[in-house]
Amino acid sequence: MTLNGWIQIALFFALVTALTRPLGGYLQRVLNGEKIFLSRLLGPLERGFYRLAGVDDGAEQHWTRYAVSVLSFSLAGYLTLYGLQLLQGALPLNPQYLPGLSADLSFNTAISFVTNTNWQSYGGETTMSYLTQMLGLTVHNFLSAATGIALAIALIRGFTRRNAQTLGNFWVDLTRATLYVLLPLSVFLALFFVWQGVPQNLNGYTEATTLEGAKQVIAQGPVASQVAIKMLGTNGGGFFNANAAHPYENPSAITDFVQLILIFLISAALTNTFGRMAKNELQGWALYSAMSVLFLAGVAVAYWAESQGNPAFIGMEIDQQASAMQAGGNMEGKEVRFGIAHSALFATATTDASCGAVNAMHDSFTALGGAVPLVNIMLGEVVFGGVGSGLYGMLLFALISLFIAGLMVGRTPEYLGKKIEAREIKMTMLAILCMPLALLGFLAVASVSPLALKSLANNGPHGFTEMLYAYTSAVGNNGSAFAGLSANTPFWNLTLGVAMLVGRFAVIVPMLAIAGSLAAKKYTPPSNGTFPTDSGLFVALLVAIVVIVGGLTYFPALALGPVAEHLAQRAGNLF
Amino acid sequence: MRDALRPAFVLLGLFTLLTGLAYPLAITGLAQALFPYQANGSLITHEGTIIGSALIGQNFAAPAYFHGRPSATTDSDAADATKTVASPYNAAASGASNLAPSAQALVDRVRADTALLHAENPEAAVPVELVTTSASGLDPHISMAAALFQVPRVAQARGLDPQVLRDLIIVSTQPRLLGVLGEPVINVLALNRALDGLSPVH
Repeated sequence: MTLNGWIQIALFFALVTALTRPLGGYLQRVLNGEKIFLSRLLGPLERGFYRLAGVDDGAEQHWTRYAVSVLSFSLAGYLTLYGLQLLQGALPLNPQYLPGLSADLSFNTAISFVTNTNWQSYGGETTMSYLTQMLGLTVHNFLSAATGIALAIALIRGFTRRNAQTLGNFWVDLTRATLYVLLPLSVFLALFFVWQGVPQNLNGYTEATTLEGAKQVIAQGPVASQVAIKMLGTNGGGFFNANAAHPYENPSAITDFVQLILIFLISAALTNTFGRMAKNELQGWALYSAMSVLFLAGVAVAYWAESQGNPAFIGMEIDQQASAMQAGGNMEGKEVRFGIAHSALFATATTDASCGAVNAMHDSFTALGGAVPLVNIMLGEVVFGGVGSGLYGMLLFALISLFIAGLMVGRTPEYLGKKIEAREIKMTMLAILCMPLALLGFLAVASVSPLALKSLANNGPHGFTEMLYAYTSAVGNNGSAFAGLSANTPFWNLTLGVAMLVGRFAVIVPMLAIAGSLAAKKYTPPSNGTFPTDSGLFVALLVAIVVIVGGLTYFPALALGPVAEHLAQRAGNLF
Repeated sequence: MRDALRPAFVLLGLFTLLTGLAYPLAITGLAQALFPYQANGSLITHEGTIIGSALIGQNFAAPAYFHGRPSATTDSDAADATKTVASPYNAAASGASNLAPSAQALVDRVRADTALLHAENPEAAVPVELVTTSASGLDPHISMAAALFQVPRVAQARGLDPQVLRDLIIVSTQPRLLGVLGEPVINVLALNRALDGLSPVH
């Protein structure tokens, strides 16, 4: 570890914190339907969309209608994206003549992008035509993120409205989040990325003759426009196979730093939006603080572990020490321009959030360094988390925390003046338990299925971790991978596809049910016995609950994977 | 459910046109107008032929050139399309080894590569990046340590004074951006082009 590495991490965190309040305020104004500076430009477009779609933007929806709207929109997205991939061979903007995808891969990828997971069983530049990248994948990068924002806002309305039957209008929230937040920021960011070297063209792949006279074919494409929303919307699906490690997708430390900030940007801001809508910004900062504690713990472990280098190289004539001349450390699967600090920071942030983009290969991380991204996703990606999903995930944990605190003192818990009762806790537990059920269930099947085990790239406990990571990533809607796993087989495509569906919708529906029942409750003013949810004590309790719930659920699986690998490697065993 | 289908499909269609067609095409147009060099992949031309991209690493094996990092990219086997063969710096199919630190295959590979490099410069320990594959397989950079390590070999192959090469390495090093971000790097292709300018090898 170096001082410079820590300075970069500190600078990153300071910038995210500084942007939280301004963007949080902007998001609140947009989603409250207020006029903003873009209204004059985009207002006619917005109203035109509502007219064509038959949406009455004044009509609000009960939680059940809100949920049906989300589900039908996701279904429409899934069906069209599935078809587009099957047919891409017959469609234009395909200079490399890439054929249509197999049915199981189309199924997996369509679910993956509609659920904001962006798990990729394929390599972008060898599989997807420019048309599919733009018309299919870029679109769902926007819409799945906008859906996440809409859902988070619906839950916040549930907490902050009194005696209300409705949670807002999904179509309006979706449209406004896309038009006024994601699209303008993406235009600006895409141009910034092009300026910094990310390609944006529709050319065929370039043929070059290298200095040594060999032929090198260089993949091209409309990369910058996709990278902007990929990071801003915590989608994470790479244009190229190597994702954000590819020098075209992430050419320099500057682009890397900006992409890092984008991973947390909207999710961090939504904590502030929450505080503003609750009329007490401290409520938002309390969630922000709990998230920050978990983020800093993760990045410290990952940075330390990766700086140590590979213990198996000790005794060889290899220099793994960090110095002014080199970054050193565990450099297998990492890029020189990012070194150890950026790689560890990126791996932590991308899994704290449900982003899943990678600038270094997690599969080649040390046992403990690689356990950080894995554990981050297992904790439910509530450390800033996915756009929207991070906030609603953390609010579910807040309900559990208050419930447990209530049990300790023997009174009905309250949050923001709403009594938390049996129905809310049942729904919360349903949302929280679906994830381990799908994850561990599928993992158990895969562990004894020869069909599944054929896809592993590594032996021993690390091979087990590849499978554990895959299902964790799918259920957590993250999308990063221990990428040695060859997941483009019917078994993996189908089971991971189902896992992604469970991870998205088995959380969304109970969460909206909670929002609906909270909105209908009356306001109970705080009394002497109310647990203050803007206090340090609440932050500490929330952190502890997130760690305990995740830890109790997954410790046995972690013991078989990274823990076993770490101990075996310390004892000098290779696999 | 039925009355949710119209807004679902209509809004999906409208957003597809807006974010899937208008947005990327507008960005393409603006990028081509404002930053044509970057937008087309930062390609380098020499005497009318494209010799590569300033951002993409390429394979160097000759002793007279500085070498980049090992690359794990592959290509489909011409004899059997279901198999792949090693094809370092294949910029049409990026990828990594994805080997675990505890993998026997990794340790065997690194041990063999280290022995070769160590024979070439017995004075120094091998900088770790020269025996580890990058995440993209297309890493265009090496560190100063990795460049300096190769000076004896390149100097001998070109009949150059090692001090000239060390000076070249120092001027070719790009410092951390703004003095803080990332790591100091040397672009291997640029370094080798500068080297060719110094002493043509052919």
